[in-house]
Amino acid sequence: MERLLKIDRRIIFVFVAAAVTIPLLIKFDLPVIATKEVRGIYDKIDSLSEGSHVLIAFDYDPASKEELQPMAVALLHHCFKNNIKVIGMTLNPGGTGLADSAITEVGKEYGRKYKEDYVFLGYKTGVELVMINMGENIYSAFPKDFKGNTTTDMPALKDVQSLQDFDFVVDLASGSSIEAWIAFGKEKYNFDLGAGCTAVIGPDMYPFLQSKQIEGLMSGLKGAAEYETLINRKSSAVAGMSPQSVVHVLVVFFVIFGNTLYFMTRRKK
Amino acid sequence: MDKKTDVSIMTWILVAFCVINIFFLVTGKLGFDAKGLGIITAVALTLAMYSFLYKDNPVFKIAENLFVGVAMGYWIIITWFNILKPDVFEQLIVPFFKDTGNAPQYIVIIPTLLGIFMLLRFSDKLSWLSRWSFAFVVGLGAGITIPNFIHAFILKQLTFDSLIAGSLPDSINNFLILLGVVSVLIYFFFSLEHKGVIGGVSRIGVWFLMIAFGASFGFTVMARMSLLIGRIQFLIRDWLGIIQ
Repeated sequence: MERLLKIDRRIIFVFVAAAVTIPLLIKFDLPVIATKEVRGIYDKIDSLSEGSHVLIAFDYDPASKEELQPMAVALLHHCFKNNIKVIGMTLNPGGTGLADSAITEVGKEYGRKYKEDYVFLGYKTGVELVMINMGENIYSAFPKDFKGNTTTDMPALKDVQSLQDFDFVVDLASGSSIEAWIAFGKEKYNFDLGAGCTAVIGPDMYPFLQSKQIEGLMSGLKGAAEYETLINRKSSAVAGMSPQSVVHVLVVFFVIFGNTLYFMTRRKK
Repeated sequence: MDKKTDVSIMTWILVAFCVINIFFLVTGKLGFDAKGLGIITAVALTLAMYSFLYKDNPVFKIAENLFVGVAMGYWIIITWFNILKPDVFEQLIVPFFKDTGNAPQYIVIIPTLLGIFMLLRFSDKLSWLSRWSFAFVVGLGAGITIPNFIHAFILKQLTFDSLIAGSLPDSINNFLILLGVVSVLIYFFFSLEHKGVIGGVSRIGVWFLMIAFGASFGFTVMARMSLLIGRIQFLIRDWLGIIQ
């Protein structure tokens, strides 16, 4: 029993690797049911009329790509499918490449034109100061887009002067930018806000759902999988749900196994 | 395991990696172009990072340092092209030396100087100037943050609709939130001894805290496993081509 308690951690790693790899190879589908939180964002975007403006803040970098990029791609599919104008931006310098590739690739898939149907404004430093600046005048915060084009006469931004003019704002965050968007954006300039975040910060966001400071919440890979299910476009997030479930069962088993052994050895002593 | 065994394991993995990639390149499964070579580089770095799970090793150290260096380089380039070039160089320096039709924006000098002062922390003689920048940042930050945070995170959170919501589960949920907030606040109230009613309520608070920690741990496991799933999906889909 003592030996089992001092098991080499690498054996556990092998079990975890197998629990992730085998379900991906065998491929079995588990039902992904959309929760009320994720449906909040879906319903909001679905209710927007053609030509509405949605601002997506890609506030994450490659370290959180596996969780947040599927969310971004699913959101973009939904927006472009409904002929909604998408304005992208980031407050994280590491997020520029991911945001630009996601917005361009999905836009191309639907035959949307850059500057007319979508635009990527790029990165600005300052987080809350950028939000306040955007709340006053978006062209002052972003006089040029990521590619260096002047934003003032861009058709995609027609009728948009400040944050208030966006029909919906979604922040995809790997850090604390959702709180900043709530405090310095939504509460100050009064617009509808949705949030997508890594699973680690997911629990911290629930109080904002209860107080209706955010319309909806996508949390981690599961949130992305739920959104993919809602738009009927099952991709990498849904594919990741079966290994996720298997590995969760394995972790629960290890927790029970470890605790049982611990209490048994303690009783023996 | 001894050093000799570790070296032989590393060598065999390296040989296997090279053989697989040469095979893929020869058979055309991976193109000899930017995409194909990019995938091979990403696979090499992914395996190098995961080699730490076996034990700390030089391959992991190289990959780790490479990541820090590349990330920093990328940040510098993005900051130059998105902030320094359009907001400082093109607004102040270019119009100063060249007739662009726009007057130099002299107001930009103030934030630029404050930014430079921050970097003077490295100088023994001039580091005192960085205090001006920090004073500005702290003052501005506090002025902007305090009223907005009080409004958004305290007053808005205190807004309480009703215990009785539209459905029974929602009503139970509202009651649990109220009970959780009150009991946890009482647990952290140390001016009264935790005995009798106060002790009982604070014990409920402990249970709420334990459930919250458990939920956070569960979400953290999910987040970490998502990263592993993403990497394994990349290895067996984009590199090995086993799944679509």
